[in-house]
Amino acid sequence: MHKRAVFNNRILPFALLAPQILVVVVFFYWPAGQAVWQSFLLQDAFGLATDFVWFENYAYLFADPAYYDTIWNTLIFSALVAVISLSSALLLAVMADKPLRAAGVYRTLLIWPYAVAPAVAGVLWIFMLHPSLGMVARGIKALGFSWNPLLDGTDAMTMVVLAAAWKQISYNFLFFLAGLAAIPRSIVEAAAIDGARPTRRFWTIVFPLLTPTAFFLLVVNIVYAFFDTFGVIDAMTQGGPAKATETLVYKVYADGRLGGDLGGSAAQSVILMMIVIALTSIQFRYIERRVNY
Amino acid sequence: MAGVKLEEVRKVYAGNVEAVKGVSFEVPDGHFCVLVGPSGCGKSTLLRMIAGLETTTSGVISIGGEVVNHVEPSERDIAMVFQNYALYPHMNVYNNLAYGLRNRRTPKPEIDQRVREAARILEIEPLLARKPRELSGGQRQRVAMGRAIVRKPKAFLFDEPLSNLDAKLRVSMRVEIKKLQRSLGTTSIYVTHDQLEAMTLADMLVVMNVGRVEQIGPPLEIYERPATTFVAAFIGAPPMNLLRMKAQEAAALIDGAAIGIPEDGAIVGVRPEDLSLSTDGSQPAGGITLGLIVNAVERVGPETFVYGSVERGDDIIVRVPGQDAPGAGERVVAVARREKLHRFSTDGSRRLGD
Repeated sequence: MHKRAVFNNRILPFALLAPQILVVVVFFYWPAGQAVWQSFLLQDAFGLATDFVWFENYAYLFADPAYYDTIWNTLIFSALVAVISLSSALLLAVMADKPLRAAGVYRTLLIWPYAVAPAVAGVLWIFMLHPSLGMVARGIKALGFSWNPLLDGTDAMTMVVLAAAWKQISYNFLFFLAGLAAIPRSIVEAAAIDGARPTRRFWTIVFPLLTPTAFFLLVVNIVYAFFDTFGVIDAMTQGGPAKATETLVYKVYADGRLGGDLGGSAAQSVILMMIVIALTSIQFRYIERRVNY
Repeated sequence: MAGVKLEEVRKVYAGNVEAVKGVSFEVPDGHFCVLVGPSGCGKSTLLRMIAGLETTTSGVISIGGEVVNHVEPSERDIAMVFQNYALYPHMNVYNNLAYGLRNRRTPKPEIDQRVREAARILEIEPLLARKPRELSGGQRQRVAMGRAIVRKPKAFLFDEPLSNLDAKLRVSMRVEIKKLQRSLGTTSIYVTHDQLEAMTLADMLVVMNVGRVEQIGPPLEIYERPATTFVAAFIGAPPMNLLRMKAQEAAALIDGAAIGIPEDGAIVGVRPEDLSLSTDGSQPAGGITLGLIVNAVERVGPETFVYGSVERGDDIIVRVPGQDAPGAGERVVAVARREKLHRFSTDGSRRLGD
């Protein structure tokens, strides 16, 4: 049962809520509303005339095959980033949860990458993977593989996925580690006495008890991959080569800021917003049912 | 089913903390052994070593004649009931019971039959579809017991299983555990700090203190003949009165020379229930007479505890039946017969005479 606070003053509750509402209105509803409004407008090249064109911007987008490529890119990119960053973080957290001698140092080192700004992370990975400068790139080539993220779309996608996933691992690791620490030791011990070996113990006891954490992180990671990876992509590939790494959020920027198509860019951000809302509600609908709280 | 044997078992933690200092005892097949002692005496550590949840620094632990020092807990074929029950929160009761059987690849029909059998014995059949969080403390306790018996292990290990229950439930579960263990005949090792639980459950009582065994034996024998002053004070409630006295002091308090207190003195013990209040000041032949000033009186109904102090300052508890007792501030005389006196060496580590 929730306790209901009763106010005698009619203005006080609104006054208490006002700061929060103000922040949300100024930083979300207002720009979002502007985006929706702008998505119905068409400006000429010199910004001298603006026409209200109803859904023309949307119609134009959906008729453009390149837009579907971008959507496809985004889905691949997000899925890979989420899967790689979640699974590596879980693996690291399970290992860090063991009573190791230098566990504290190990944990701290694993958390550091989260403090690196996305653009810096991008530059860092570029230095390693640049076809002519990168140490790692040389290693890959020495092994006989072709590697050129500046020219090859798949290589470029691999590179941005790695950088974006790497940056998110620390965050996921931290939550997984806290989730593991919250599982009572005696439950795992009881499973051991019940004849379950470590691997089976993990999949039948530990992982099911981690599902609330994993679900939360899945939602956060998908949103991260959709929006927050802009810096990584901008620093590394600018969406190239040949738009192979252009995700929806990058295209919003490229078309709006670089291409000057404000209406089309606004229409894209509205679509992007709806995709994320839809994805998140699907996750809550279908995956949350399988979560053990 | 199998006996459990410990030989010179030691546990040293990092930082040279010695939690268990060379413990040896043997629980014969089918016996109910209770490890009792104050918190920090190493009893839980010892139990966890038998389970395989802690490594053994030195010594030998064997279950059913097989040395298990380096055997994984999952391979030891034992079951353990934890203090917090440690039920799997995401599984219903049925799956909690079936988990151990599934891990051992028991055929499905047999799992079903054994789970239902265990549920019937513990009267938790209506709860099989529920999750642990939907159960009361007593029901969780039953499920934890069920999880232990369903596997038919070589031995049951209990780690203070009743300490999270309320007082009334604790008594009834205690009786049930005893009945269950008798009917199944499975070797059991039970850890508790509650001396009443220890006395009522054990066939074999192991009293521990600071990592050492103080005494091993049937509970009543330990009550009758405690080997050290620690055991004397720990087993029995209220604890035994212990009086340190020199030979001539003893001669003044105790009638007759036959009691034989060494020249350098001894600790003389007498249980509160063996003392009685004398109204006429008479002294039983060969017994002890203590002049007391009553400090406090506790009436609990069927009996009354009289707290007093002797002239020298020692506090004495006398347990008298009924509710008839002197008031605070009164002078009384407490007496006990000679055969009710216990004598210990001055450091309390040895029982004297008999």
